[in-house]
Amino acid sequence: MTTDTIDTSLDDAHNDDHHDHKMTGIKRWLYTTNHKDIGTLYLWFSFIMLLVGGALAMVIRAELFQPGLQIVEPDFFNQLTTVHGLIMVFGAIMPAFTGFANWMIPMMIGAPDMALPRMNNWSFWILPFAFAILLSSFFMESGAPNFGWTFYAPLSTTYSNGSTAFFVFAVHIMGISSIMGAINIVVTIMNLRAPGMTYMKMPLFVWTFFITAYLLIAVMPVLAGVVTMLLTDTYFGTSFFDAAGGGDPVMFQHIFWFFGHPEVYIMILPAFGIVSTIIPAFARKKLFGYSSMVYATASIALLSFIVWAHHMFTTGMPLFGELFFMYCTMLIAVPTGVKVFNWVATMWRGSMTFEIPMLFSIAFVILFTIGGFSGLMLALTPVDFQYHDTYFVVAHFHYVLVTGSLFSIYAGAYYWLPKWTGHMYSESLGKWHFWCSLISVNLLFFPMHFLGLAGMPRRIPDYALQFADFNKWVSIGGFAFGLSQLIFLAVVIKCIKGGDKAPAKPWDGAEGLEWTVASPAPYHTFSTPPALDEEKD
Amino acid sequence: MSEGTEQETSIEANKPSNSKVIKKLVLVVFAMFGFGFALVPLYDVFCDITGLNGKTNTAGVAYAADGVDTSRMIKVQFLTRMAKGIPWEFEPVMNEISVHPGEMKFVNFYAKNISQRDIIGQAVPSVSPGLAAGYFQKIECFCFTQQPLKAGEEVEMGLQFYVDLDLPAEINTLTLSYTLYDISSKVDS
Repeated sequence: MTTDTIDTSLDDAHNDDHHDHKMTGIKRWLYTTNHKDIGTLYLWFSFIMLLVGGALAMVIRAELFQPGLQIVEPDFFNQLTTVHGLIMVFGAIMPAFTGFANWMIPMMIGAPDMALPRMNNWSFWILPFAFAILLSSFFMESGAPNFGWTFYAPLSTTYSNGSTAFFVFAVHIMGISSIMGAINIVVTIMNLRAPGMTYMKMPLFVWTFFITAYLLIAVMPVLAGVVTMLLTDTYFGTSFFDAAGGGDPVMFQHIFWFFGHPEVYIMILPAFGIVSTIIPAFARKKLFGYSSMVYATASIALLSFIVWAHHMFTTGMPLFGELFFMYCTMLIAVPTGVKVFNWVATMWRGSMTFEIPMLFSIAFVILFTIGGFSGLMLALTPVDFQYHDTYFVVAHFHYVLVTGSLFSIYAGAYYWLPKWTGHMYSESLGKWHFWCSLISVNLLFFPMHFLGLAGMPRRIPDYALQFADFNKWVSIGGFAFGLSQLIFLAVVIKCIKGGDKAPAKPWDGAEGLEWTVASPAPYHTFSTPPALDEEKD
Repeated sequence: MSEGTEQETSIEANKPSNSKVIKKLVLVVFAMFGFGFALVPLYDVFCDITGLNGKTNTAGVAYAADGVDTSRMIKVQFLTRMAKGIPWEFEPVMNEISVHPGEMKFVNFYAKNISQRDIIGQAVPSVSPGLAAGYFQKIECFCFTQQPLKAGEEVEMGLQFYVDLDLPAEINTLTLSYTLYDISSKVDS
């Protein structure tokens, strides 16, 4: 019955003044089908997960502060690295992007809500259970998963510490949540665009989420399949990955990375969309090469399906396989290069100003490119044999995921905070957050390149003495970066509580339908579709 | 679900209905879930055709070489390895043997169960370099079946093989490696 009331409130919300039909207290959040409420839930959830995953990383860096074993046992160290990875990938980055999608896509395409609001509620509310299952394993006798976030068989089957079932069910729930979210995004974008908004007139932000949603629909079921095989191998006597029964552990890696590589782009394509929205706004120029951006995004997504084995060069592939996957991987540098070129070209001779969203976006362009270059180095088969499983890999994926995805999330959060809360954020606190993060993140991840090149292996709680100095600096950078994120929490809370009143369009270069509604955005927007102004084209 | 009608106003005539799109997407989801499992046989077929992965034939083949190529001499090395937790001794009687392509050879492997309980073992072969696996033909091998050994029992197990005449010229050493697994619990269940 309660859901019925919500539906009625949706129906009679023809004018924006009636937006106080919503329930109060916890019920508002539990039963909500409003895309803005659900977006907010996703964003808060992902920030909490960021802090949880970050706390695990702090323990890792404390252990690695000096050589030798000081704080944690090696087995617990393995649990920390595993759960840190899982939380950050599935708990922090992906839900944050889903949060952005929920908040912004309907407002950007002139839709009243997401197309499937009740499923939307479900796809969020099963997530906390997934992570409760995963994190609860820390308090079990067996301990949390300790086989790495990539859960290679037989580490996760024959040699599992007993946490495999918790891990598998947690991943199943996360997968179901992501798939429902993705279906919702696709249906919304296909069917709820305002009249006149053709595909090639959609904001690039919407395009990147559209393509990402397709990637999710294609590969999350493969992840579900592979964890199911793990489950039956571990507990029901099947031999998918067990050589003794005729299976093959290398096949695990093939199936996992068939999911895993598109997953990488699931975490970066939305970042491209956010940055492509922000840079034009603060350069006060149209995005350079809009259609090439769309095609580049689509080709990155397609190429992501034929490069998976570049994670497996050292498994003993034949030369032809190594060459094929090496060249395909390097091919991805072309559309990615188009994107970086377009961002720089958008800034070229623009009237740039450097508000916080722009600062994070520019940092994104530079630092993501560094991460891209180290990725290109890793793509080279002959040298990958040296880099494989070293800190060079750790440096690479943290540059693309932290200074890439996470920085874009911050950029987007600062950019739309005025629209979400109705208040301007504190520019000075934001500057503190940005500069502290920028300096500490480079202190944290840049020396890892050298550590890796010198041969320090990843996922090991101890290291040779010659790595001591760099590791100390890396740990200091890590603690500083961790603390800097609390400044962001302060910014957000302060911004919710008050601050200068935000106008409907606080950034004078900003474009898009979301700026045509008041700040804070009314509970229901675009109950009737907006008219697009034709000059925009 | 009624979401299709709720937002009728903003749906243009040429757009497909929500439920149509959802049905297609859900179909894709199930198809991809199935595809994950389909990768398992596909992987085997792919390895079989290309000879990748060092997998050799799992059932005996008849001798089918067209004579013996005495101009070439191939070194075949034998390795054994015990998987974690199997209390057996298991080693080749001869570590290495030289054969001409097309020549049939018979070698023995020694195994002993040194524990106090009966154990069923399973040896899993692999040939290196992987691309040569398709040219290593086993006529008879103990690895085709399970090897049950009673506590303390010892046995010599035979392998009869030949190397194909078509073995690429650049390959002159083959390594056949056996990993021995304890599969008693799997057989029982």
